[in-house]
Amino acid sequence: MMGLLREAWYIVLDFLEMLGACGFFLVKLLRLTPQALMRPRLIFQQVFSVGAMSLVLIMVSGLFIGMVLGLQGYNTLNKFAATSALGTLVVLSLLRELGPVVTAVLFAGRAGTALTSEIGLMRATEQIAGMEMMAVDPVRRVVVPRFLAGVISMPLLVAIFNAIGILGGYLVGVALMGVDIGAFWSQVHGTVDLYDDFLSGVLKSVVFGIAATLIAVFEGYYAQPTAEGVSRATTRTVVNSALAVLALDYLLTAFMF
Amino acid sequence: MAANEQQNGENAVEVTGLRYRRGEKQIFDRLNISIPRGKVTAIMGPSGTGKTTLLRVMTGQERPDRGRIVVEGRNLARLDDDELYALRRNIGFLFQNGALFTDLSVFENVAFPLREHTRLQEHLIRHLVLMKLQAVGLRGASSMMPGEMSGGMARRVALARAIALDPKIIFYDEPFTGLDPISMGVIVRLIRVLNDSLGLTSVIVSHDVAEVSSVADQSYLISNGKVVARGTPEELDRNKSAWVRQFLQGLADGPVPFHYPSPDYATQLLGEEHR
Amino acid sequence: MKQTRTIEIVTGFFIILGFVALYIVATRATNIRAYGESSGYSVTASFANIGGLKVRAPVTMSGVTVGRVTEIRLDPQSFNAIVTLEINGTYRGIPDDTTASILTAGLLGEQYIGLSPGGSETFLKQGSRITYTQSALVLENLIGKFLSSGKGS
Repeated sequence: MMGLLREAWYIVLDFLEMLGACGFFLVKLLRLTPQALMRPRLIFQQVFSVGAMSLVLIMVSGLFIGMVLGLQGYNTLNKFAATSALGTLVVLSLLRELGPVVTAVLFAGRAGTALTSEIGLMRATEQIAGMEMMAVDPVRRVVVPRFLAGVISMPLLVAIFNAIGILGGYLVGVALMGVDIGAFWSQVHGTVDLYDDFLSGVLKSVVFGIAATLIAVFEGYYAQPTAEGVSRATTRTVVNSALAVLALDYLLTAFMF
Repeated sequence: MAANEQQNGENAVEVTGLRYRRGEKQIFDRLNISIPRGKVTAIMGPSGTGKTTLLRVMTGQERPDRGRIVVEGRNLARLDDDELYALRRNIGFLFQNGALFTDLSVFENVAFPLREHTRLQEHLIRHLVLMKLQAVGLRGASSMMPGEMSGGMARRVALARAIALDPKIIFYDEPFTGLDPISMGVIVRLIRVLNDSLGLTSVIVSHDVAEVSSVADQSYLISNGKVVARGTPEELDRNKSAWVRQFLQGLADGPVPFHYPSPDYATQLLGEEHR
Repeated sequence: MKQTRTIEIVTGFFIILGFVALYIVATRATNIRAYGESSGYSVTASFANIGGLKVRAPVTMSGVTVGRVTEIRLDPQSFNAIVTLEINGTYRGIPDDTTASILTAGLLGEQYIGLSPGGSETFLKQGSRITYTQSALVLENLIGKFLSSGKGS
């Protein structure tokens, strides 16, 4: 029993330590951002590998989630004879919650792990040390472009996820289940608010993007320079990103709604 | 003269009273080493003596517990990060596995320090890169990727990269390890030729006695954190100490015993029957 | 080098796609039209009880949305609620004896302000005060009245 409690306590301490270290790291990254912005080509390349390469995953996921929302929403609303509200249900669910959260978790799994293992391997093969010896700050050259790319890509990915999700819900609701096309959209236009729903979703996606990317590059940069070290860091990225995103989601939701 | 800039005459690197402890083990105990300018100096010793750590201390990658490291007249302990980086631009470092950037081609790897530290135009960079690659004999491989090369070739590319900014000192961390005889011969020749033609000071950390003897002007033998012997290859050859003899000749048993300390053999094997 | 060009093209495509998605969702799936209207004017109305009325609630006339609630505050002297309504610029001919009532959408829905036009020849303009108001019906008071009136008879 005591052993379990102690384990739990260590996990909490580990998490707090990681939180603090991440905070310092974030400050360092932000300080180096202006310099890194002078090499836009590096950032651009990273946006490709972090954002563009995640497109297919995000689009397919968005489509399926939108379609499931349409189906489940229809089934539930049908019980209350309120299927005309399906459009609102789909759009609000996606814009407020599912879009930012699901995209962030998928992003952490696909792009986050790629970042962690890439940076971790660079450290393990002494490329980071090599850069330091050549008097090039590896954080500025390697980490910051990747961080900026993640922060830029996430909101864009969420937007694409939402758009395709709404399309999926529309396809299922109107084309498949027969909800009236006019009813679907008119309610949406009436209830979905630009500021409360849309912009708050965008804000969430930016915050999640910062959190997930920060954790990914942090774990990679401070990974143990061995094979197990990198693989453990990759696992930690997924776990910690997911936890952080969900926790932040609650905080932001409570704050905004 | 400023406190951290001292006239150091003939020594490019001066290590005084170095003490370094990691955990239980005292890795260096009042170590003194002088690296004379313009010459090839070797630091030899058995695996695990901390030779790589010594290199890292000399280049400022690690801080010792105590001791003074003076490189090119600058006391490392007194330098802040920017000054340390500025100093490193005059130092070349060859890592054991080359540490090439795997996502860049050979050309881009050698061009990296030039791109980061100079504002030279592209065609000048191209000239310099090709010249450096020519010096190591790999000008024809400029478009290859590090993953496509053998260890020996990768190390030569790393060497070209290390001299890209024309450093004054160059450190080699186990440059001969894991190479076939031909590649080893190439590296040996390159170390000597580059040192003399570019007026470099070269510091080699290695335990390959034969190769080192053929290229070093002076060698240090380090064991248990102290300098056990020092001198030119000929002087070391005449050294009478039993440990030095064992090390230089590669004898299996001697002051460094073959058997790791263990309890009595008979007791351990037959222990159960005795009970 | 060709590889870099492909990378750049695809990345550019990705970024454009992202912004297009943002734009489409913002314009097609939200009530952005309600914000687009310019040159509106503000009027105030005083209520004894605003019930569940919130800022950004719609202001309607004959069921058509003509504006939004932009501010709600308490008058420290009269202890009435002062509600500021922003009326769309296209509706300039609202009589100044119009009644503003706080109504509920559906049975348990959100509250909004409904305007019933009066017959005056002068119209509301920037800074006008709507004098005739009808406060929100608070369910508890209704039930209480119902119970007490039941007892009375």
